[in-house]
Amino acid sequence: MAERRTLQTEQISGHPGPVPGKGTQRDLEVCKLIDTTTCIGCKACEVACVEWNDMPFQPTMFDNTYQTMPETNWNYWNLIKFREHQREDGTLMWLMRKDQCMHCADPGCLDACPADGAIVKYANGIVDFQQENCIGCEFCVSGCPFNIPKFNPATKKVYKCTLCSDRVGQGLEPACIKACPTGCLHFGTKEDMKELAEKRARQLRDVSGFKDAGVYDPEGVGGTHVIYVLHDAEHPELYAGLPKNPSVSFAYKAWKSIFKPLGLIGATLGFVGVVFHYVFEGPKREQPEVPPRKPEAPAGRKGA
Amino acid sequence: MATSLRGLQEKEPAFFDKLGQTVVHEGELHRHSVYTRFLHWGYGICFFLALFTGFATYLPFLFRWFAPAFGGPANTRMLHPYFGLGFVFFFGLQAINWWGPMKWTDADSRWIRNLPQFLHSAESLEPEDVGMYNGGQKLQFWEIVIGSIVYLITGIIMWAGARTFGGMLVAISYILHDISALIMLFGIFFHLYQATFGQPGTIQAMTKGTVSEAWAWTHAPAWFRQMTGRDPRQALEQERQRRIARERAIEQLSRGVGPPGGGKS
Repeated sequence: MAERRTLQTEQISGHPGPVPGKGTQRDLEVCKLIDTTTCIGCKACEVACVEWNDMPFQPTMFDNTYQTMPETNWNYWNLIKFREHQREDGTLMWLMRKDQCMHCADPGCLDACPADGAIVKYANGIVDFQQENCIGCEFCVSGCPFNIPKFNPATKKVYKCTLCSDRVGQGLEPACIKACPTGCLHFGTKEDMKELAEKRARQLRDVSGFKDAGVYDPEGVGGTHVIYVLHDAEHPELYAGLPKNPSVSFAYKAWKSIFKPLGLIGATLGFVGVVFHYVFEGPKREQPEVPPRKPEAPAGRKGA
Repeated sequence: MATSLRGLQEKEPAFFDKLGQTVVHEGELHRHSVYTRFLHWGYGICFFLALFTGFATYLPFLFRWFAPAFGGPANTRMLHPYFGLGFVFFFGLQAINWWGPMKWTDADSRWIRNLPQFLHSAESLEPEDVGMYNGGQKLQFWEIVIGSIVYLITGIIMWAGARTFGGMLVAISYILHDISALIMLFGIFFHLYQATFGQPGTIQAMTKGTVSEAWAWTHAPAWFRQMTGRDPRQALEQERQRRIARERAIEQLSRGVGPPGGGKS
């Protein structure tokens, strides 16, 4: 992190006492905290996302819930998923979860992507798609455990939430955070957000009577840079299919690190093999072979 | 004489007789019908289109320069499955066409055991029991049959994607699809080599449809016997004697005329 401290004040002329801020460390990793327990489903974050990213809105589909559409879309990266949940005592409650890219520390999309430079992960944890390098193979779609990347058939590229990397790069919070009226969305360093989330979960357990309240920061993908506070962390599937133990298939890593290079070398050996055969064994000709032309006997001169 | 003989067990739809023709010259044998050749080049072209689009998608860091020919990386990716389907379509018809002649026999097992000798070019003559296709050709045929099935199944899984089949199945399909492709590519190098530089005079079987009799008794003796009714080894020996006789005749002729250049000096 030394490179982050280049403009940090080291010495101050005529200043008594210690230099303020000297030696402070900044956590590079950013994190979005979504407190599902205080979400009211107003969809302000959805609107803010569409506005900031300047995405065209299209006719949507009503599926008998309050959801704007059934799934996130290539032009709709942020969607609150509504689920009506019946508790053990028979009463009903809304489970509202803001669905978007989780920005995994170990991203499955990046593992699966074959294109050079189509998916990057920044040091601050944001996983970003670079559409100019995307070849539209949709391998990322199969690599993602959260079903986030979406294909646009018109451009033949895949799109998803950028965690407003353009805003974050300028020191601003993502658009959805700015729009949230209840304060259920927070943005800061991973460490701070983790702490805040744990505090809120403790409050839910101790004060609000949600015994299973907890923080969703799944280990299977190395932790995420979008974390949830859930009423029931034991059953994340209740929140519109949030996977309990998301993981990236080992097949992707094996594919890229073992089968791709080995297979390529193996196939190349075929070419090397035939070249060697031609050089050292030569062709198999039809028999009887026409013998090579003998050097012209100096018969003419002898006769003369 | 040879014009009346066809390639063994190859059925040819009448339409293809009008599409192209096979002229069998003196000293040649009819090996592949127009239909067979049409299918061969059909899946041959599809194979290379699928190979180039596939490599541009599979290893862009090495092969991205293939993509512009197909309209950019995204188009390349979109076209690849169609080329693959084309390959499976044409090869599927060829597999039906060749199912009979490609049946595995004891001669083929012997051929595989003799592979080290085959690789030495010093002895060009194939064993006398090698028919229209040798063990290696049949092995490659059946490898491609199995490979095409793997291609088709895994390809469809990858095409429909994780939404339909789930991430795990798609991930395994990538691996199987690639392994299958690379095994086939490995084999194709040998195929191209044997057809051109490795055994000169072979490729005309797929262009003209004929091979020379000498090619037949050298590389497919049992097929030569079937086609002509002559013994391949005897035919070879006759040809050898004929050539020797011819050499002698020329020698005698030139001796009769006088030493070359003798008149000048």
